[in-house]
Amino acid sequence: MRAHPDILGEDAAAVLARHHAVLRKSRGRRALELGAPFALAASIVFSVWWLDISFAQIGPGLLELVKFVALMFPPSTGGHLALFLTSMGETLAIAFLGTLIAAAVAAPLSLLAAKNTAPSQLLRFMIRRLLDTIRGIDTLIWALVFVGVVGLGPFAGILAMAVSDSGAFGKLFSEAIEATEARQRETVIASGGSRWMALRFGLLPQILPVIAGQILYFFESNTRSATIIGIVGAGGIGLQLSEQIRTYDFDQVAFIVLLILVAVAAIDWISGKLRFAIIGRRQALP
Amino acid sequence: MTATIPTLPQARLDHLLAAYGREVARRRRRAALALAVIVVLALVAGRYGEVDLTNLLDHLSNLSSYFGRIMPKLHAASLSADVADWYWDFFGWLKLLLDTVLIAYLATLAGAAGAGAVAFLAAANLAPNRYARWGAKRLLEFCRTVPDLVFALLFVSAFGLGPLAGVLAIAIHSFGTLGKLFTEVIENIDMNPVEGVRSAGGRFVDVVRFGALPQILPNLASYALLRFEINVRSSSIVGFVGAGGIGQDLFVAIRKFYYTDVSAILLLIIVTVAVMDLLTERIRHRLHPVARA
Repeated sequence: MRAHPDILGEDAAAVLARHHAVLRKSRGRRALELGAPFALAASIVFSVWWLDISFAQIGPGLLELVKFVALMFPPSTGGHLALFLTSMGETLAIAFLGTLIAAAVAAPLSLLAAKNTAPSQLLRFMIRRLLDTIRGIDTLIWALVFVGVVGLGPFAGILAMAVSDSGAFGKLFSEAIEATEARQRETVIASGGSRWMALRFGLLPQILPVIAGQILYFFESNTRSATIIGIVGAGGIGLQLSEQIRTYDFDQVAFIVLLILVAVAAIDWISGKLRFAIIGRRQALP
Repeated sequence: MTATIPTLPQARLDHLLAAYGREVARRRRRAALALAVIVVLALVAGRYGEVDLTNLLDHLSNLSSYFGRIMPKLHAASLSADVADWYWDFFGWLKLLLDTVLIAYLATLAGAAGAGAVAFLAAANLAPNRYARWGAKRLLEFCRTVPDLVFALLFVSAFGLGPLAGVLAIAIHSFGTLGKLFTEVIENIDMNPVEGVRSAGGRFVDVVRFGALPQILPNLASYALLRFEINVRSSSIVGFVGAGGIGQDLFVAIRKFYYTDVSAILLLIIVTVAVMDLLTERIRHRLHPVARA
């Protein structure tokens, strides 16, 4: 350690001693600073032990992984380009229709679930719980269920995405509705408009930019989710991806991953432009 | 007495009304155009997505009866026995739930640790040089765009079945998403302390430790906790491809039509996720109110 330069013109130790009371940390804080790292380390050790993760597994696994990565170059279509592109199209179709249907289903539900537009408190409570339950179940689980109902294929994926997102949209839309000003609706009613007119002219203009932004944002994230639901047989590129991984065709895996990256980037770009056009710089997003 | 509202001269009124009409018509045209684009896209997507409404209608009764069948058969007379029958493997599932939570926990820690290191390289205001920044940003982008389930599939092939693959897969995905959030937090810090450390001769590590870290630690912790909530959901799914946790049992139950098991496990997952959300929310509120992104 270097010596402290004598900038104070007096002994640094003396200064420290003078301000000891201010600089000293409280006992609780010192206990926390000592205890937290120990607790963290203990929790990690416990987790590793409980999950039965052995470090002997890691070395060979990494070697295997390096082998996989080496096999990925150069990426190749393996003569399945048309198939891959069709599957990617399916993925986009799942994301688009899933989001659209979810938004259409969630719109009326959110009117019933928002505090300021709900016709009855009991109905509101029930719809909220319904939305919570739907939201609590992952898209992939819905996909498995719908594969059982309508069979393998992208249609199951569309239905799964539509159901699981209607839960999320219902919550977000109803929050958007609750954040609106009541005065505009009251104005419509006061000048002789019906309740529907109040919704159309007093409420819709306030929430439309917000929910349009949310729908676009979900479309982006659904494009990502739709790439994987094929793993359980619900259509899209995920089916090809999991097949190629299972058969160790890693050059094709690399090609599919690149395809996904490009598609996701393109969708992000388009939806970013649209979002910007609709709501401008301020992005009110979840 | 009759009150009259003064109106504008007719010529002026006509002019204004015509302009208003044109504006409304322009808006209507735009709305109609947007609607037409959406309808066309929906039709194209419907073709690609093999939408088959007759199929849906044929099987709709399946759907409702499915939810009827997964409901447990509970009778008031023999309630405790029925519940015991429904949750016949309660302790086995509880163990798997703990697995699930711990997978999420380890993955969040690992992902946050990696993100915390790389985010400083990716932040515009602290990055030591342009190339490190570019590389760090691309790495984070890659890790968050490839879905965690794809990583899980790969890792199951490499490391074998079990929670290790799940931990690694979720950790890499968290690394990507947290890295981006951390970078944004770092880019918004007050630069005065950073310049203070720099002018006193601090190197990159000193700048990070004494100039930046004290400002951002609560925010980073808060984001990591938020990610933990999401990861608990993901780790209940990675079992679908054999990467550990309760997902494996759920997958088997759905696939093999063990109806009441499905509802039993789903209920457990929903409750676990809700409890974890409550806990982390408590901690986050105590930490420091982050502007919810």
